[in-house]
Amino acid sequence: MIDAYTSQVLTFIGINSILALSLYITALAGQLSVGHAAFMGIGAYTSALLMTRLGWPFFLTTACGALMGGVFGFCIGLPTLRLKDLYLAIATLAFNIIWVVMLMNIEAFGGALGIFNVPKVTNNWTVYISLGILLLFFHRMQDSRLGRAFRSIQEDEPAARAMGVNAVYYKVYAFTLGAFLAGYAGALYAHFVTFISPHDFEVDRSIEILLFVVLGGAQAFIGPVIGAVLLTLAPEVLRFLAEYRLLVYGLMFVVIMLLRHEGLIEEDTFSWKRWSRTFRREDRAAAP
Amino acid sequence: MLAQQLVNGLTLGSTYALVALGFTLVFGILGMINFAHGEIFMLGAYIALLLVTMGGFSIFWALIGGMVGAALLGMIIERVSFRPLRNVSILAPLISTIGLSIFLRSLAQIIFGAESTRFPVSIKTEFFQLGPFQISLLQIVILAISFGLMAIFQAFIKKTKIGKAMRATSESLYTAGLLGIPVDRIILLSFAVASALGGVAGILLGLNFNAISPLMGKMVGLKGLTIIILGGMGNITGAMVGGLFLGFVEVLSVGYLTSSYRDAVAFALMFLVLLIRPTGLFGRVVR
Repeated sequence: MIDAYTSQVLTFIGINSILALSLYITALAGQLSVGHAAFMGIGAYTSALLMTRLGWPFFLTTACGALMGGVFGFCIGLPTLRLKDLYLAIATLAFNIIWVVMLMNIEAFGGALGIFNVPKVTNNWTVYISLGILLLFFHRMQDSRLGRAFRSIQEDEPAARAMGVNAVYYKVYAFTLGAFLAGYAGALYAHFVTFISPHDFEVDRSIEILLFVVLGGAQAFIGPVIGAVLLTLAPEVLRFLAEYRLLVYGLMFVVIMLLRHEGLIEEDTFSWKRWSRTFRREDRAAAP
Repeated sequence: MLAQQLVNGLTLGSTYALVALGFTLVFGILGMINFAHGEIFMLGAYIALLLVTMGGFSIFWALIGGMVGAALLGMIIERVSFRPLRNVSILAPLISTIGLSIFLRSLAQIIFGAESTRFPVSIKTEFFQLGPFQISLLQIVILAISFGLMAIFQAFIKKTKIGKAMRATSESLYTAGLLGIPVDRIILLSFAVASALGGVAGILLGLNFNAISPLMGKMVGLKGLTIIILGGMGNITGAMVGGLFLGFVEVLSVGYLTSSYRDAVAFALMFLVLLIRPTGLFGRVVR
């Protein structure tokens, strides 16, 4: 059918999409997390350890990975509630760094060397079915009470609170859910690459996830997914650039910020109405 | 032993303080963090290295050259990442500077290779004994330069007209503009000064540890962030005290705890401060 290489790339696209969405959901409630890789790592390590040390089955280890991610998300999300924007970003960054350093020093969890021989159970079916369910969830969430609560908090938190929206509840909810999903993605990741170490979950990875959302745009839920797809494909496509790859990567973000800072996908990119405007003759004649 | 550690901590801390000053200056005026500051720090060291190895200049001129080079780099960054994105969003300049830091780091790795090099100058390692403290000539030089620069900077900010203009701009960009202060130029100047300080810190740290590498900016940049959070973002005294404090804490934790936790200590402190007193030890409580 499809060769192993393509299949591998597809898996990574799927996992990265889930990661992007996990960050997106915390961002929806107005919280910027630059430490998401830590939650991913927590999920990865939990599931890897449960499988290699205790021999638990796949679905159980991934579930636990996700749960652990959620638990940590809750533990971090709650005390950091009153931090805004930049301060929250830095706090999550700090958490990420601390977590990595701690993990490297705990020999019981593999220390700096990591965990080997995690059985390779993840396949494209698991990943894409999960992603499909997730996308469905996001689609349904948009007009639901939950989605609107998130949006109202993101737009104007004091106003939302004045309208009776329990900001504390929803912000912690968003953060925990985001961490939960990141943990889930981490578990999938661990069972795919079969070898994980603390270095896989450093700040660089958090920034990578952040860039999925930035490139794709945080306006619509499909944005981060597109961002993940493009940025996962980019290294493969840019492979010919070899050591100049990171140069282009870094420069890309400077350029994107200058040219289109909201990201590629806007709220109405996929609506017929928006594009049909360019085709309607009356509107074109009216344009100066 | 403790005495020696204190001296080491002071030396390290003074270089951290210079880096933090750079961060705090930019944050005070624009309310933004320049994530590429760590790379300016690193490139300052490399510019000085080039001046010494290829230009044959003495370390003194290399220091000046590094400062100037870093200042120029800072001004370019302002033009590229901050000026055009000023009113766009809080996130945009941040992302842009993150991208720049990745770019600059890999550029340095391509040009200079990924391993660490050293300054081919050796300031004679004479040791002086001041009571229980043993201090090397190198450390004296580093301390003299760092504290000297900090003193000059304080005087500049407090006593000169331009310094006053900078303080006014950091209070309120808009009002300063209304009062006739050339805001754009002041911002550019602030970046130049901030980056110059960062560049010097890079050279000094490179001398202190006798090693420069393309990756040295990354951790130091993040630590600079920690310092200004500890000391209060935008607060100059806070940055200096915070830098010294972190220097001490790091050296002591390496001496008395395992060195592998060194980095975690700084960030754990920062996390705690963020939870308990987000405005920092010296910061004003935001209304």
